[in-house]
Amino acid sequence: MEGLLELSYALDTFYFLLSGLLVMWMAAGFTMLESGLVRSKNTVEILTKNVALYSIACIMYMLVGYNIMYGDGGSIIPGISFLVSGDNTVAQVVAGGEDAPYYSNISDFFFQVVFVATAMSIISGAVAERMKLWSFLLFAVVLTGVLYPVHGYWTWGGGFLDELGYADYAGSGIVHMAGAAAALAGVILLGPRKGKYGPDGKVNAIPGANMPLATLGMLILWMGWFGFNGGSELRISDVESANAVAQVFANTNIAAASGLVVALIVSRIWFGKADLTMALNGALAGLVAITAEPSLPPMILASFIGAVGGAIVVGSIVLLDRIKIDDPVGAISAHGVAGVWGLLAVLLSNPDATLGGQLAGIAVIFVWIFGASLAVWFAIKSIMGIRVSEEEEYEGLDMVDCGMNAYPEFVGSKGAK
Amino acid sequence: MKKLEIITRPFKVEAVKEALAHLGIKGMTLTDVKGFGRQMGHKEVYRGAEYEVDFLPKVKMEVILDDSLVDQAIDAVIKAARTNRVGDGKIFVYPVENAVRIRTGESGDQAI
Repeated sequence: MEGLLELSYALDTFYFLLSGLLVMWMAAGFTMLESGLVRSKNTVEILTKNVALYSIACIMYMLVGYNIMYGDGGSIIPGISFLVSGDNTVAQVVAGGEDAPYYSNISDFFFQVVFVATAMSIISGAVAERMKLWSFLLFAVVLTGVLYPVHGYWTWGGGFLDELGYADYAGSGIVHMAGAAAALAGVILLGPRKGKYGPDGKVNAIPGANMPLATLGMLILWMGWFGFNGGSELRISDVESANAVAQVFANTNIAAASGLVVALIVSRIWFGKADLTMALNGALAGLVAITAEPSLPPMILASFIGAVGGAIVVGSIVLLDRIKIDDPVGAISAHGVAGVWGLLAVLLSNPDATLGGQLAGIAVIFVWIFGASLAVWFAIKSIMGIRVSEEEEYEGLDMVDCGMNAYPEFVGSKGAK
Repeated sequence: MKKLEIITRPFKVEAVKEALAHLGIKGMTLTDVKGFGRQMGHKEVYRGAEYEVDFLPKVKMEVILDDSLVDQAIDAVIKAARTNRVGDGKIFVYPVENAVRIRTGESGDQAI
């Protein structure tokens, strides 16, 4: 029996680490998606933002974020302590029973740290092509070290939203809508890209530079999501858990597929042509929507949840443009609006979830992250500014912030032979 | 000595080149260009927002030839490049004062 307990501990830990590895790779997905949907003059800068925000998230979460999220606190005020170390002993594991740990603490840290990085990745796409690099990175320090861990504590950490019965399996609200709320606050303070909106309410298209990269990015995210949702079962070493994980994989997949197909059809009917970028957003919206509850719905319901996500993301993107909220990659729509839908759709399959609990979770997380982010963005704006000058924006952030081009051989004499 | 400047659709380049080669023309210069004529641009939609594609991709071919070949060459190009749809392009004819082959220093008809 002891040997079996050790083995299942090892298996669950291994599964947790592997899931975390898949979620880590979502950083690559966001990076490619965003670099494909911006203009080529901003490529190096968006790549830099993505790799730097991921790394900052890892450091801040180790220093303090994880401890805020999973420390000892009241129902509202989280505890605070620093650094993460220490793991379970063999004796604790083989003691067995309900309270015995069944995976490594450090594997839990690893799985959680890649989630906070995901939340931060959502923001970089929405503020792309006009935000100062270092202002953005400063915001990343605050969001990943403090803001996200606080509502993480209220929910997964056992705080008051958890007590209210808020159900959010892998983080449609905690990760995705939160990232979108922070992005929305940033975009409102930042304003749209120059030339995006004409004087008489005309919306101008600013096509992205590289559709193959955007598509690759979406597919990497789709793949990473199996870790994001699948790992959130937290266990695989018995028949019930293994079946649940399999259901989560199948539901996650079908929701993405359904979201993509619906967004593609809606864009074809609405705009006259099949808009690939909308299809990419549709798949992501399907993924975000199913994230709140991927284990309980039968596949056909998961398909419906993803399909609705794919439809509303197209409408949301067009609507946000009408009210001059300029989001170059559609992050606010795919992660925020589809996230809200996903949280409400939990009620379709989870008998323990309540409308009140879901609405409370949506409202609290949105108000907290939107409000706190607005304050932080505003403080950064007052100290060092958040937007590059008009001239720098026309020149492109690559040269302004990073001093290099993504493809120097294609832009004039520099480096050309 | 004349220069023909032929603006045509990119996918017609091979056909025009072949047609001119049949007349014995030994060289030409080709440039990718963008422009519009009577067809103007057209509208596309990206993420729900319309945008105009004002300048369409075309190819500019420049050929220097003897005066006696001009009419034949124009006919050949028309035959090769015509699709009967707006946007087939144009041919401009210019007089050329002289031509010099850099390698040998030959000039005039000898150099083309």
